[in-house]
Parts: sequence; C-alpha cells; structure tokens
Amino acid sequence: MEKSDTALLGGGRMISVRLTLSHWRIAAMNELQYRANFFVQIIHSALSLAVGLVAIWLVFDHTTDLGGWTAPELLAVMGVHVLVGGLLKTLIEPNMRRLMDDVQEGTYDYVLTKPVDAQLLTSIREVKPWHAVDIVLGFGVLTYAVIDLGRTFDVGAALLFAVTLTAGTIMIYCVWIMITSTAFRVVRSDEVLNLFDGFYQTGRWPISIYPFWLSGVLTFIIPLAFAVTVPAEAVSGRLNPNTVALAVVFCVVLALVTRRVWAINLRHYSGASA
Amino acid sequence: MRALAEAYLIGARNGFQQQIQYRVATLFAMLGFLIEPVVYLIVWTTIAESQGGSIAGFSTNDFIGYYIAWTLVRAMNISLTPYVWDGRIQRGRINDHLMQPWHLFHRDFAMFSGWKPVWLAWWVPLAALLVLIFQPQLNPAPWQLPAFFVAVFFGYTLRFILLYLIGMVSFWTTRASALFEIMVAGEMLLSGRLVPLELMPPWVQSLAAWLPFQWTYQAPIDIAIGRRTVGETFQTYGWQLVWIAVLGVSLAAVWKRAIRRYSAVGA
Repeated sequence: MEKSDTALLGGGRMISVRLTLSHWRIAAMNELQYRANFFVQIIHSALSLAVGLVAIWLVFDHTTDLGGWTAPELLAVMGVHVLVGGLLKTLIEPNMRRLMDDVQEGTYDYVLTKPVDAQLLTSIREVKPWHAVDIVLGFGVLTYAVIDLGRTFDVGAALLFAVTLTAGTIMIYCVWIMITSTAFRVVRSDEVLNLFDGFYQTGRWPISIYPFWLSGVLTFIIPLAFAVTVPAEAVSGRLNPNTVALAVVFCVVLALVTRRVWAINLRHYSGASA
Repeated sequence: MRALAEAYLIGARNGFQQQIQYRVATLFAMLGFLIEPVVYLIVWTTIAESQGGSIAGFSTNDFIGYYIAWTLVRAMNISLTPYVWDGRIQRGRINDHLMQPWHLFHRDFAMFSGWKPVWLAWWVPLAALLVLIFQPQLNPAPWQLPAFFVAVFFGYTLRFILLYLIGMVSFWTTRASALFEIMVAGEMLLSGRLVPLELMPPWVQSLAAWLPFQWTYQAPIDIAIGRRTVGETFQTYGWQLVWIAVLGVSLAAVWKRAIRRYSAVGA
C-alpha cells in the first residue's frame, strides 16, 4: 500500500529523499533559534569528553594494553563512540522520543493520515542540530588517534570506515525503532529507551574486552560492536574482511526484519482519541 | 519536633508509595545504573589481571567488591537533581510549599528517603546476580554491613544537601544545569565513582581530600569491602557529618536569600 501511495505522488525514492531533507531543514531551523543551547551543549560535550579522556589516560597509566588494544586504538574507539553518539542524538533519538510522546497522547494519528510511508515520516520529523557538536568532537578525537597510530591517509581504509559506520548506525536505528514501536503495544517504553542510553555507554570500550555473554548481547541484540568497534577497527587497520561482509549482511537482514516488526506493531496502534 | 517527625513519616510514605506504583520503571532505572559500574569492573579487573593480579593495592577481587558495593551506594544516593528547580521556579510550583510550616527541604528529603526501601528491594536480587557472575571472595566482618549502611546514609544526606545547594542557583540563573554538569564531572573524578582514588595521581588525591565528594562514594564502599578499620570508619562518619553541617549551614543561608529573590509566577 505504501509503495503505491508514494508512486501516486510522482516519485518513489526521490520524494523520500526530498521529504527527508525538507523535514530536517525545518526541524533544524526550529532548534537553531535557541542559540544559548549551543553553549550548554558545548559544556556538556566537553565535560563528558574530558572525563572519557581521563578514563583512558588512567587505564594507560597502569597498563600498556587493554585486552590487546593500545592507547591510540582505544582513542579511536572513543572517537567513533562520540561521533556515532552525536549522530544518534542529532537524528534518531529525538524522533524516537517524539514517537513515544505521540502514541501516549494519541497525536500519532496525524502521521498515519499523511500520504507517505509512516516509518519514514516517523524517523525524520525531529533534528537536534546542537548535538552535532559531538559529531565534530568525535571526528576530531578520531583524527588525532589515526595520526597517533602513525597511519597515513588511505582511501581503502576511509571507505571501509564509511561503509561500516553507515551499516552500524543503520543497525542501531533498526533496533531502536523496533524497541520504540513496541510503544504501540505497551505505551510506556521510555524506561527501555533510558536503558538503551545506558547500554550505549558500554561502546566506549572495545566490545571484545567484555565477557562472552555481554559481548554477544552487544553484537547481535544491541549492535554496538558493529556501530562503534568495527568502524574503529577499520581506521586502525585491525579489520578482518569477513567482519565487513558480516556487518553488511547483518545490516540488510536487520533492516528487513525491522520493516516486518514495524508493520506488525503498527497494527496495534488504536489511536487514543478514537 | 514531633510534628516534624510526623511530616517526615508522611513524606517518606508518599515517596514509598510512588515508587511502588512505578516499580517496573524503578527496575529499569536500576538496570541502567548497573551498566556504568559493570563496565568499570570489567575494565579494571582486566587490567589488574594483566598486571599480575593487582594495581595500587587493589586486587582483582577488591575491584569486583568495590564496584558491586558501588551499585548500592549509587541506588541510595539518588537525590533531587538541580534540573527540578528550573521547572519549580519557572512555573511557580513551589508556591504551595512555601505556605507550609516546614521548610521545603524536609518534604523533599523525606520523599526521596521513602524511595530507598523500594530501590533496596530491587538491589538485593540484582547484586546477588552480580556476585554470581563475577564471584568475589566475600568475607566481611559482622560489623561491616551495618557500618556500611550508616556511611551510605550519611553519604546520601551529604549528596542530597549538595545537590539542593546547586539547585538554589536556579533562583539567579536559568542555566543552573551547566553548573550541575560540572559538579557531576567533578564527582566522577574526585569521589571514587570512576575509579578508586588510589589509582589517581597524588595531586588529584590531595585535591579530593579538600572536597566533599569522596565521602559520598569511596568512603562507604571502602567500609563495605573491608578497607577501613573501626577507627577509620568512625573518622569517616566524622568527616561526613562535618560536611553535612558545613553544607547544611550554607544551604540555610543561601535559601534565605533565594526566597527573597523569588517572586511567585502565577500569583
């Protein structure tokens, strides 16, 4: 049904892209009015980065490697962690919160009555541009780490990084929207979202240092291994080609599963006003 | 005095009932709290093992005990965050409370204290799970457990007053949250929350000695894992009470000025 609707409006993919861009632009302009929040965000980001750096420094004050990872390699992990965290907080998290609020208040009807794909619209309505501070900071830390590793710029590695980072971020989005869409059934899943935030903190360290039960969860249930550790491996030259293939395949499978789960969950939305 | 005690009892009962109603939310919040210390635990036991079993006097076993005790300290020291004051002041929500015969502080402190039994009830099975997973060798002396709880209570009181004091800044600026974040960063590094202070460079340790933070995290934890003697435990209580007194007096002074600045919105 959704496919034919978008085709009616004259352009499948193209209209999705245009729709996404205009939604982002409007949402961003809305937020950018509140300039003081920018400075609040800078303080917040700088402090959490500082604490993270101190933690790494403390670790290497007492050892030379952590589970086979050297200091610059861990710094690369942290850079990717901050960067991906910024991406999630800028583009994804605000939409998930909005979805839950809408379901609770019954205003989600307004999304469903629009002639575009509901999952798409749900995922692009909000942008928090100030969180992009973390994207910039994370990229800075990552660049420093790569230089510290003594690696010269390498197109192959950069490409692998881009591919694994994109796949990993999509995977996190998939898991997140699957969890959030359970809001159609249980209404209050914001505590689950907070827990998700907590879990995200585990990604600051390479997933391989965790015991198998935890690293299993962080690879296949909350795929932080793919979103953070794998891209960091790509830039530090530790990446196994099989991992890239696994990441891409898992990403596609997860996206398909998510689409199904979304459709099933959506049928449980009854509209609070009805 | 009896009336105040009654007010405390009622406040605590309200807090207790609120947490019982939202017990699943409490469980999820608690699970979220567990992640932070579990990460530290794994990182530091990994390092201790690679360094022949101990660092700075902390054995692998000490680290496990440290971060498991940490979880109770954290669950018990949850306090009113300064964010709450923004809303209270902007929307004039403290008006009703200012008419009551008791300082608003008593109402808030009683309410948060009422939460504790519910959190404790969730903590017990979760801590048991952590013990099962990480298998620390526990052999506390009989006095250590009650001594730990006393230190945890003083630590909670201290932290509650400290956060209340920071919340007061909201009467002067709408950006008190920035100050709170700076405090949390300080707490991370100077309280033993991130790592035991022994792992910090000496200058950080001397800085921490002049600040209240360590009495809210590391001091109670140290008692729980047997790193403080009976004498040192009483010394700990002494320092906790000194800080409670200092911060309490400051709070009373700041509150007086703050309330004079406040002009009820919506009046």
